[in-house]
Amino acid sequence: MSATRASAPPHQHRAVDLVRPGRPVPTLIRHLAVAAGAALVVLLVSYQLDSYRNFQLATVAAYLCATAGLTILTGLCGQLSLGHGALMATGAYTVALCQSAFFDRGVTSGSVLLLSLVAAVAVTVTVGLVVGVAAARLRGPYLAGLTLAVAVVVPALTVTFDGVFNGEQGLAVPLAPAPQGLGVYFPHERWQLWVAAGATLLCLVVLANLVRSRYGRLFRAVRDDEVAARLAGIHVARTQVIAFVVSAAGAGLGGALLAVLAQSVSPGAFGLTLSLFLLMAVVIGGLGRLAGAVWGAFLLVALPDLTHSLTNLFTLSPAAAQRLEGNLPLAIFGATLIVVMIAAPGGVQGLLSRLTRALRARWPAGRS
Amino acid sequence: MDRFLFLTLDGLSRGAVYAAFALALVLIWRAGRIVNFAQGAMAVAAAYVAYSVTAATGSYWLGFGAALLAGLLLGAVVDIAVMRLVDHRSPLNPVIVALGLVLLIQAVLGMLYGNEYRPAQAPFSRTALAVGGTAVLSPYDLFVFAAVGVVGAALVWIFTRTAIGLRMRAAAFAPEVSRLLGVNVGGMLTLGWALASGVGALAAMLVIPTELGLHPHAMDLVFVSAFTAAVLGGLDSPPGAVVGGLGVGLLLSYVSGYAGGDLIPLAVLALLLTVLLLRPGGLFAPVTARRV
Repeated sequence: MSATRASAPPHQHRAVDLVRPGRPVPTLIRHLAVAAGAALVVLLVSYQLDSYRNFQLATVAAYLCATAGLTILTGLCGQLSLGHGALMATGAYTVALCQSAFFDRGVTSGSVLLLSLVAAVAVTVTVGLVVGVAAARLRGPYLAGLTLAVAVVVPALTVTFDGVFNGEQGLAVPLAPAPQGLGVYFPHERWQLWVAAGATLLCLVVLANLVRSRYGRLFRAVRDDEVAARLAGIHVARTQVIAFVVSAAGAGLGGALLAVLAQSVSPGAFGLTLSLFLLMAVVIGGLGRLAGAVWGAFLLVALPDLTHSLTNLFTLSPAAAQRLEGNLPLAIFGATLIVVMIAAPGGVQGLLSRLTRALRARWPAGRS
Repeated sequence: MDRFLFLTLDGLSRGAVYAAFALALVLIWRAGRIVNFAQGAMAVAAAYVAYSVTAATGSYWLGFGAALLAGLLLGAVVDIAVMRLVDHRSPLNPVIVALGLVLLIQAVLGMLYGNEYRPAQAPFSRTALAVGGTAVLSPYDLFVFAAVGVVGAALVWIFTRTAIGLRMRAAAFAPEVSRLLGVNVGGMLTLGWALASGVGALAAMLVIPTELGLHPHAMDLVFVSAFTAAVLGGLDSPPGAVVGGLGVGLLLSYVSGYAGGDLIPLAVLALLLTVLLLRPGGLFAPVTARRV
């Protein structure tokens, strides 16, 4: 029974639905086209928005790398990681150390940022490989517990080895200004948005292709039924390690971009709460779909902003306002997560697809 | 040698708390196959209740009682209002919901009390008494041993000697059959959550005065240590949890005594990783094949 399920996983039925008359467009071309469209939209939008909104959009892009990576791991491969905040910290600190090293040696051109970002992804992939190899033999609560330990311990390491990481103070990330060619008065935030959005779109194209590739199918087969997957000849542990490494790369890039945006890193920003936030974002957005990761990333940036304007509506004493402002987004996130898990496990994206399906059923394809 | 003795006794006292907390994790795992990741946050909430009651009445013991009561109630409420409604077919779901609870509880505590450390009062002196010129145990350590011992004995008594304990074990072992035989399985599960949460509250009350103080995140590292202890003993085994807790306490005491307190988090992670890689079923696991 399970073996038959593995040989014909559910996504193949969906693939049949998607066949349209005419020559199919190759997946890579389609994804590249979508990415190019998105890049154009970001470019246009970046000229319309003020600096603060540009910065926020850039932060969304940074979070999106991490949530997309986590979607691959949790949604597609069925492994729960609470340690992605720590992986983001790895990427962020690598960028900080690399940039400082370059600038200390007098290399201040803008292109070294590319090298630093690549180094950040490489280091995070290595860390992800170590955790992933350990985690591949674990399932359910054990994996969650191990990654929870990683999330709690890694920020503490920055204090233990404060000679390198400078303890609670953290490190500064020196950055080259926007290229001269763009003009002297080119806003720094717009340049940050371009860098972050460019890196994120590249990351998303790679991940979207992966989802549609052989590996995506392997991930889903392992998630749906490990025993059946093994019977079908899939190396389950190796597949899980690959998923973990891929998602670590996403988290590393996301953390590196966050460091570039904030131009500093400190352990306080990468605590357990960040890991939980990422998981919340992925679950609320919709597990298992990259579109859900996009919703989640927007939510991560928008919610603190919304609660900030909400608390401004009331007149509170400064101390009470401060307490409320720091904690209200957390409370709303926690409560939403519980409600979503109980009432709508598909998240935002699940609700949207249900809605579109219902609409299609009402107006059949012939007329639409 | 004196130092070794001191570190050993200190580690055992610390380990007793981890043992209690690990026991709470094991209780829920046995009852419902859920690792309660919200245990730490729930325990901190109970400790804050104690803080408020003590501040209002001036009595430590009224606060202590209130914390235990709040722990019991909170456990029951979490089971009835949240966990019962979760779809348990995927093992990820209860874990994710528990993490949502962590965020929610810590945020509410932060809103009510602020995110700063508050001094937590200890009922007895924490300076070690000297026996023959060697600093051995403080009155507070003795109190910790006594409290954990009493709770452990009470749990053993409940589960092995009372009708309700028998029903709880039956409900966990074979829910369908127990239901047919007239056991209120859902009620037993709620009772299990309440007991576990009460034990967790006790552990929080015991450990917080020995650390930096009361903070919404005060139990994060304690939770990780206790989870390590529970895994070390095998998640299914209450005696394993006690042995694991004492073992983790000893190890952490030696690490902080000989290598520096900064390394404690790293030591916990290394121990957890080692146990999970070498013996994922824990020290007391019977040799069984994984069920497919």
